Amino acid sequence: MAFDETKTEDFKVVGQRVKRPDGVDKVTGKAKFGADAVAPGMLFAAIVRSPHAHARIVKIDTSKAEALSGVKGIVTRADFATGLTGGDLDVLENVMAGEKALYDGHAVAAVAATSQLVARDAAKLVEVEYEVLPHVTDVDKAMASDAPVIREGAADQSVPEGMHPNVVRYHESGHGDIEAGFAEADLVVEDSFKTEATHQGYIEPHACLAQLGGDNKGELWCCTQGHWNVQKLCAAMLGLETSQLRVTASEIGGGFGGKTAVFIEPVALALSRKTNRPVKLVMSRSEVFRATGPTASTSMDIKIGMKKDGTITAGQGTFRLQGGAFPGAPMEFTAMCAFAPYNLQNVKQVGYDVMANRPKQAAYRAPGSPMAAFAVESVIDELCKKLGLDPIEVRLKNASKQGTKASFGPTWDRIGLVETLEAAQSHPHYSAPLKEGQGRGISCGFWFNHGGETSVTLALSEDGTAQLSVGTPDIGGSRASMAQMAAEELGIPYENIRTTIADTATLGYNEVSHGSRVTYASGLATIKAARAAVKILCARAAAKWGIDEDAVVWENGCAKPSGPNAGEFDPLPIEKLTRSMGRTGGPIVGHFEATPEGAGVSFATHIVDAEVDKETGQTKVVRYTVVQDAGKAINPAYVEGQFQGGAAQGIGWALNEEYIYGEDGRLQNSVFLDYRIPVASDLPMIDTVIVEVPNPGHPYGVRGVGETSICPPLAAIANAVSNAAGVRLKELPMSPPRILAALEDQANNG
Amino acid sequence: MQYHTPSSFDDAVALAKDAQGVTRFLAGGTDVLVQLRADIVTPDVLIDIKKIAGVSDITREGDGWRIGVAVTGAEMSEHDTLGKEWPGLVEAMDLIGSTQVQGRATLTGNLCNGSPAADSVPAMVAAGVTVTVTGPNGERKVAVEDIPTAPGKTSLEAGELVTAVHVPARGKSGGDAYLRFIPRTEMDIAVVGCGINLRLDGKKIVEARVALGAVAPTVLLVEEAANAIIGTELDDAALEALAEAASAACNPINDKRGTIKFRTHVAGVLAKRAAKIAYQRAEAAS
Ligand SMILES: Cc1cc2nc3c(=O)[nH]c(=O)nc-3n(C[C@H](O)[C@H](O)[C@H](O)COP(=O)(O)OP(=O)(O)OC[C@H]3O[C@@H](n4cnc5c(N)ncnc54)[C@H](O)[C@@H]3O)c2cc1C
Repeated sequence: MAFDETKTEDFKVVGQRVKRPDGVDKVTGKAKFGADAVAPGMLFAAIVRSPHAHARIVKIDTSKAEALSGVKGIVTRADFATGLTGGDLDVLENVMAGEKALYDGHAVAAVAATSQLVARDAAKLVEVEYEVLPHVTDVDKAMASDAPVIREGAADQSVPEGMHPNVVRYHESGHGDIEAGFAEADLVVEDSFKTEATHQGYIEPHACLAQLGGDNKGELWCCTQGHWNVQKLCAAMLGLETSQLRVTASEIGGGFGGKTAVFIEPVALALSRKTNRPVKLVMSRSEVFRATGPTASTSMDIKIGMKKDGTITAGQGTFRLQGGAFPGAPMEFTAMCAFAPYNLQNVKQVGYDVMANRPKQAAYRAPGSPMAAFAVESVIDELCKKLGLDPIEVRLKNASKQGTKASFGPTWDRIGLVETLEAAQSHPHYSAPLKEGQGRGISCGFWFNHGGETSVTLALSEDGTAQLSVGTPDIGGSRASMAQMAAEELGIPYENIRTTIADTATLGYNEVSHGSRVTYASGLATIKAARAAVKILCARAAAKWGIDEDAVVWENGCAKPSGPNAGEFDPLPIEKLTRSMGRTGGPIVGHFEATPEGAGVSFATHIVDAEVDKETGQTKVVRYTVVQDAGKAINPAYVEGQFQGGAAQGIGWALNEEYIYGEDGRLQNSVFLDYRIPVASDLPMIDTVIVEVPNPGHPYGVRGVGETSICPPLAAIANAVSNAAGVRLKELPMSPPRILAALEDQANNG
Repeated sequence: MQYHTPSSFDDAVALAKDAQGVTRFLAGGTDVLVQLRADIVTPDVLIDIKKIAGVSDITREGDGWRIGVAVTGAEMSEHDTLGKEWPGLVEAMDLIGSTQVQGRATLTGNLCNGSPAADSVPAMVAAGVTVTVTGPNGERKVAVEDIPTAPGKTSLEAGELVTAVHVPARGKSGGDAYLRFIPRTEMDIAVVGCGINLRLDGKKIVEARVALGAVAPTVLLVEEAANAIIGTELDDAALEALAEAASAACNPINDKRGTIKFRTHVAGVLAKRAAKIAYQRAEAAS
């Protein structure tokens, strides 16, 4: 096989449901997560947090805390780098408040002590004098002219004149003439929607162990989706040379985008530098809710025109996203994903990034896209109902295909939306009869997927096994998938490869495990690194046989002459070549570094049946089917797991999860008891269908699958619930009180 | 913090009477320890009552039952006859938490924690359960509905503790039921709870007790709701009257768990549903 060839069939290891190499360690408790690291002389840290949503910090008096026996050091903003600008300054402001506390839970100071209890007690003794300021937490209110200003001068040039200073970025995209499009329509539906912020809800709270000396050389162990990013940010926050801080990623108990940022790591490093001792810092669940990044809350207006035959003539969307007290709400993604599934001649989308007194939003699985689908797909459902059309037929009629100009500009390469819609249509779920009180909903969803900086090394051992070092933390079984791809290329058993998530000193820069990029980008790099090693193996065989390198091929783990003309030699298995590698030219290592650009986009179609108790407003999801394009499923079990996970999180977001703020701007439900993530018994078995339309940008056709799975659920569930209840639900979560209120409104107003 | 493990109720009373600062009894600890960890209540004195003889026993008392103050939810569910006689009470206790919590949580802890949303409490009130309260001045018997006085507060005096739970005789043609509303299926706090206990003569209801949880600062025993179904065969009119009376008795708050309007409405819905189950059980026991 040529070294750059694309492979689409005859896979031996790829496509198998192999066991994950980290499985035994995880079920036996041996795996080391963020909080499992210890060091001699270690101190424990606790963070002092603002109880106010918005307040000027007048004075911080640490004297009582410092006097407590066991307290070894206290840091405030004064212990971090100065002179930062832009995104780095925002991160530092969020990690440790400067002049103002900007949300309930904002870090104000931190204490290191000889035990966790002493640290907690000392944190309570830190006296902070606040001047409480007016606050705002709702996105629409934060844009109103009378809203308190969170930070002057935070807006960039994109923002139109006359907007409130809390509006900090603006986006506009589309093409065609929407007014002409609406004029062509037989029916135009226009509506407004809102969604509340939800948290990623990963099971492992943020945790780290930091060591930083007065010489500014350090080591950091932490639970993160990307340790090179942590290295870069922490170096900036603390004024270090990047290379002097080595960061190791622990096992990770979930992230879903929420662990692509830093929160506690710079604080632990600052405390370590101040005390000259290792410092461990572990967040409580309540701190995770109050002070890490939930997703953005939204307020959206959608207008769509349709002909009687189902052709969409125009689509328009306005998306206002609140992302906490900092710029960065992913409103451009919301806008760009909104109409991406459809081939529209006339489309326009506008986005506003709005600041409010809430924690800085962080990425959450396809950031911004699920909300867009909720709004757009609800309106499409309403149009289908009013025009008496089948919702899948209508989506097929308007579906984006290869060659379609996307709503936000590019022209699609090979994509698999039509295939997911067809698979959904022919799935038994779609035609199964519904019981009394049940409704069915469908929705499409879209996510871009991402490539990103990637560096991988594959080193062969003398016995013919391989050590694969990748730099993307394994949040979804990627060590297994990487080993499968390497095994496929090397022609050796899957078990003969050990995949390690290497630390920052070992590989070049690796972007975080986000954007559904790992199986695509680290996978691509793994394949290329393996091919580089194979090339060396072939060269060694060629040297031994005294023939040309090009006359050697690699098959089933052996070097072979490429044909009769190359010469008559017995195949040389990998272990023979590796045993002698010290004498034939030295260690055999393949590596690959690049920023691959060919991440294929992914589409999905979900079908949901929901049952609504009209007396209590309670919803039960009774059947759920996910159909999604995976390009090529390297490990179908993990692909299905991603599909199911996205649907499960979507069910929580749609029905019960929400950030609830009191009048005082404080978060009311910072525990899992009241932040209602679904429990196992809330979920039906989630059925999955893997569609495989190969991505031309990956050697095996892989498309990322982690994020698209959460794009359709909000909309599909809203459509199912609206059909079951007989009234359109326009606000998430569709909690029982909201459903009853909607039913009552309808009864009163017809 | 001091931790005591008295071996008799007298010792427990003596310790509690002399205790300085915030004092808590430790039964299953599923409220006490959670509140401690969450920085809500940090007791100065913890008096563990699980080492006292007999506290884990469920025993016959006349034709009724005496339930020890450390008996767990799991032990109640696994008991041979208690749940056959009082399915509503046992189911209410069984709704609390998860398998892990069931191995620790107790009726007494649920009652004395003072939460208006405590699940076993409306079921106990409907069943007419009483408790023995022992203190420096001796013993008294108190109806369950007279224990909670406000969220987190009880009528127990300093040095007093609950030393036994008394479940009355089931008697003939009786049935009870407890239902709660939570947005999820498990691991949640009642937004509304309703316990109903009734007795039939033929098809006619001759006795009834209706109790509501989470719709007022303390559990409510709603006489008007009971009167709405006494003398009826639980026809549609009676059910409507029951729902109306139950809703009318509500005095809830708006909070993160539910709105006033929602709680008031759902109290009526649950009352109807619980009454139907209790009625079926009473018929089956006739
Ligand atoms: C995960 C989880 C889920 C839960 N789910 C529910 C639920 O669904 N429904 C619900 O109602 N509750 C729930 N709870 C709360 C709790 O489990 C119950 O209230 C339980 O019944 C408390 O019993 P305990 O024995 O653990 O009480 P403890 O925590 O030991 O004590 C609770 C209180 O009662 C007092 N007390 C205990 N014994 C006595 C006594 N003999 N005399 C006087 N005072 C006494 C203590 O001082 C303390 O104030 C849940 C708790 C957890 C952790």
